[in-house]
Amino acid sequence: MAIRGVNINIQGLGYRYSSRGKPTFSNLMLESKRGEALAIIGRSGCGKSTLLHIIAGLNRPTEGTMHFDDKKIEGPSSRWVMMFQAPHLFPWMKVSQNVGVGLGFAGWPEKEKRERVDEALRLVELQDYAETNVQDLSGGQQQRVALARSLVMEPELLLLDEPFSALDAFTRASLQRDVRSIAKRLGFNLIIVTHDIDEAVLMADRALIMAGAPGKIVHEFEVPLDDPRQRQDPAVQAMRARLLDAFHSAAQVAGAPKEKLDEADTESNSVSQHA
Amino acid sequence: MSDDAAPGGAAAAAGLTGTRTSRAAEAAGRGVMNFSLGLLILAAFWWLGGYLIAMNPKTQSFAGFGLVQTLQSFPELWNLGKLQKAIAASGYRLGGGMSIAIAIGVPLGIIMGRSKRFRDLSNSAFQFLRMISPLSWMPIAVFVFKAWDDSIIFLIAVASGWPVMFSTAAGLAKVDPAWFKVARNLGAKPIQMLTQIILPAISFDIFTGIRLALGVAWVVLVPAELLGVTSGLGYAIKDARETLSYDHLTAMVLTIGIIGYTLDTVCALLIKRFSWHRGDA
Repeated sequence: MAIRGVNINIQGLGYRYSSRGKPTFSNLMLESKRGEALAIIGRSGCGKSTLLHIIAGLNRPTEGTMHFDDKKIEGPSSRWVMMFQAPHLFPWMKVSQNVGVGLGFAGWPEKEKRERVDEALRLVELQDYAETNVQDLSGGQQQRVALARSLVMEPELLLLDEPFSALDAFTRASLQRDVRSIAKRLGFNLIIVTHDIDEAVLMADRALIMAGAPGKIVHEFEVPLDDPRQRQDPAVQAMRARLLDAFHSAAQVAGAPKEKLDEADTESNSVSQHA
Repeated sequence: MSDDAAPGGAAAAAGLTGTRTSRAAEAAGRGVMNFSLGLLILAAFWWLGGYLIAMNPKTQSFAGFGLVQTLQSFPELWNLGKLQKAIAASGYRLGGGMSIAIAIGVPLGIIMGRSKRFRDLSNSAFQFLRMISPLSWMPIAVFVFKAWDDSIIFLIAVASGWPVMFSTAAGLAKVDPAWFKVARNLGAKPIQMLTQIILPAISFDIFTGIRLALGVAWVVLVPAELLGVTSGLGYAIKDARETLSYDHLTAMVLTIGIIGYTLDTVCALLIKRFSWHRGDA
């Protein structure tokens, strides 16, 4: 697979659900260089998922512009693919059909499509399940099929909307490691929206903390850690502590109640203990 | 990388399929036995009723209603060509009416399921029209259409369109909206969204609607054929009654039952074939 990333340039982006309503976020600036893995962390309601949907072209911004490599973005495309919290596979299709569905939409000939699908299934190590009905797979395997379905399109950018939050801690850890490793190997950009601090530290080159209403980016951290990243590594733990402090202070500025502040910490701890 | 594999992996999936196959074979065997036993009990009651009628001097002239006489009349009806002609005429009307019902009901159901505005606007009108007995349209149909055949096809279409449309709309309302988002994200064009996502997702509901519609259409067909036309199973029953051929009359009634049951079974098989819901297969 020959995938290359993309330079992302977002200027003055804003969104409101209704013309009279309060903006979800406004005047948001964001840049990301080719092949970078970016994590956006924030508590529920700060607009991070909405931002991701807009970048994917599934929602239209009410203000601002987005450019990928100087090309203005105004709608969805198979070059920037989104993975959702649930796999949302098509249950009437087998694994291989689910993976190849996007290529089918693009009118790929059957033989080439088959080859690309096989390659994507090998990448996510599900080559033995090509003819299996997706309903017979575990939750983690289904999410891997969703990953293969995205990768087969050879996207320049993969957008992940809390894609592993519904999985158990072990499966989540395994997929976090694999998605980063595949992204780095193939060279595409990642944008991960999460409220799991560990996920951001393990997967991202750079982490942005979003808070407030309307939401804005309040902190930015480079995550200069070597691969493969291990949770128990002191450098990973130190990075996690820095992000957590910044997350707490951002949430306090935004006026979040105490129990909300503890959510991210609790979740990170539970993963650390399991994996 | 396979930390998240299902226990036993592909082999477990194959084992699961094997267990499911043996369970399905067992259920099919039980189904055939119940089917045969049910029909045998029905035939026994029919035979007993016919025997009592034949034994009573007051009712002896109605002995043709009995099981044996009815079965004996089939070769005669077949050799005269009456049976084939009646089935062909009724089949043509049923096929025509059902085709129109599906051609109009499925698209309207999809529009109802996708557009809340259309659903809100059309709901009261459709519910009102649905409650009008299909046969009450007969005088209007006779005025509008020149041929009796067309009038009956219209009545069948009116009667069977509603179940198809409402079942399609209800099926679409249950569809996970995230599937549309995923498909759009992967570059689906509107026609691909319809043929590759919407129709497979609701095929179970469409066929369920067609099955219900077929039942309604079959029930409407026979009384509609009692009026005006000179062909079809309904007409054959009327003709047999007027000529006092009770064995022919019951043979036609039996034929209606057999065809209706066969059509329903075909629909049930299609539902099973196109259903992706676990537990339906």
